[in-house]
Amino acid sequence: MYTMRQWSARHARGLKHSYEWLERSLVKLYPYFQRMGLSKVEQPLMKFVEQPTKRFLFDSQSCGQCTLGSTGMSCPMNCPKTIRNGPCGGVRANGKCEVKPEMDCVWVVAWQGTQQLRTEQQALHILQPALDWRLKGKSAWLRAAEQRIREMKS
Amino acid sequence: MSPSLQRAQLPPFSYADEPPAGENLPILPQHVSPGRLERVLRAGHFAITTEIAPPDSADPEEVYQRARLFDGYVDAMNATDGSGAHCHMSSVGMCSLLTRKGYAMVMQISCRDRNRIAIQGDVLGAAAMGVCNILCLSGDGVQAGDHPDAKPVFDLDSMTALQTIRTMRDESRFLSGRKITSPPRVMLGGAANPFAPPYDYRPYRLAKKIAAGAQFIQTQYCFDMPMFERYMQQVRDMGLDKKVFILLGVGPLASAKTAEWIRANVAGVHIPDTIIQRLKGAQDQKREGLNICIEMIQQARELEGVHGVHIMAYRQEHNVAEIVERSGALEGRKPWYPGLVETSASSSSLSPATQELAV
Ligand code: SF4
Repeated sequence: MYTMRQWSARHARGLKHSYEWLERSLVKLYPYFQRMGLSKVEQPLMKFVEQPTKRFLFDSQSCGQCTLGSTGMSCPMNCPKTIRNGPCGGVRANGKCEVKPEMDCVWVVAWQGTQQLRTEQQALHILQPALDWRLKGKSAWLRAAEQRIREMKS
Repeated sequence: MSPSLQRAQLPPFSYADEPPAGENLPILPQHVSPGRLERVLRAGHFAITTEIAPPDSADPEEVYQRARLFDGYVDAMNATDGSGAHCHMSSVGMCSLLTRKGYAMVMQISCRDRNRIAIQGDVLGAAAMGVCNILCLSGDGVQAGDHPDAKPVFDLDSMTALQTIRTMRDESRFLSGRKITSPPRVMLGGAANPFAPPYDYRPYRLAKKIAAGAQFIQTQYCFDMPMFERYMQQVRDMGLDKKVFILLGVGPLASAKTAEWIRANVAGVHIPDTIIQRLKGAQDQKREGLNICIEMIQQARELEGVHGVHIMAYRQEHNVAEIVERSGALEGRKPWYPGLVETSASSSSLSPATQELAV
């Protein structure tokens, strides 16, 4: 839903905070999930919570490698060229997408939405690696929690 | 001293170690490729590249004919890869034919049509054929072309493609980590569009491309010099012109009507009203289009941090020679072309290049 996506981009700052809160909670819950078996938790979590929420708020395409926190809540997978390091050179003078003229370029939205972030937090300044397509449809939240725990340990 | 005057002090460019056509030059110290384009750029000369339009045909003679138009006027030719999402002879095919004749090629790779497996395979094949320069592009969307019903691939984007090929070259590994026994010795390039929003981000995007591996940049068509100068100011302030060779994209507009059409229909091309007015007011619009293009080149020659021009003369390829000649962009050089060495090396101890310059 494009309207909802636009709303989310406008409220990126607040949403980023709730997002970070969610990540912290997941880190706390992670040991329980582990005990229950991650593979058992991942599917329902994805199907009933993560996917519907992200879909509703951001039109998320569930690539499994979420960058929303560094793109001002603009899901780059809505770029018709699925460019992870945008914007491409085709952006129209009015900021609309080359491929879908009725849509704002997701990377222009991301640029505007991340101005208040520090440079090293902005996706537009960080080289995003090539996507791992095996993770499509998998839970990005669990992966983020996993990574956070790994970082805390090291 | 102005950049062009500084270049006038350079020693003449030499083709003394030019091998038989189809074989690679030796790789000079600090160079990544055995290519002539890298040599011209690193020597500090004003480089000229152009775009060769691939035919809708399987006849090699058509390719050679198109290339001959540029003989002696350009340092390298870009073989486009399904540009505008239209189907033509592939860039690999074009490069394969033209490297056999000794031409310096810039092979374009668009991420629209091939995934990482295909792209890496093509890179190895291209380097084996003697391609010394690769330009990575995300590519136009399929909706722009003659097969809007095609599946867009976009497995990589221009940045990750650059990164991937740099890994292949510098670490002798595929993206998967698997070993490459002999790495592709290529200079890596990217595109830049200083004329599309978000304007204040564009110099940072250039920095990001450099970080991903770009060593030269060819820009989108420039029809707005003040805008480009503002961009270059920021590029210089960030010190980027010292890290990458920047070739300004230019091209002749055929008429005011074409200009208006391009502005409305071609993604990412910015043509200010003043240019359209100027064309409209001209007696001979085609001439005026050439004049504008030549003026852009002349201004680019005096801009600090611009290392050359990329001439995209779609459907006006026959005018490239005149554009180069009248703009003075070669600054007394003569780019290599098949036959240059044979005709001038015969009766003199001078290196072919110095001899060319002496006449
Ligand atoms: S204009 Fe923006 S959204 Fe559209 S294809 Fe380019 S980067 Fe993607």
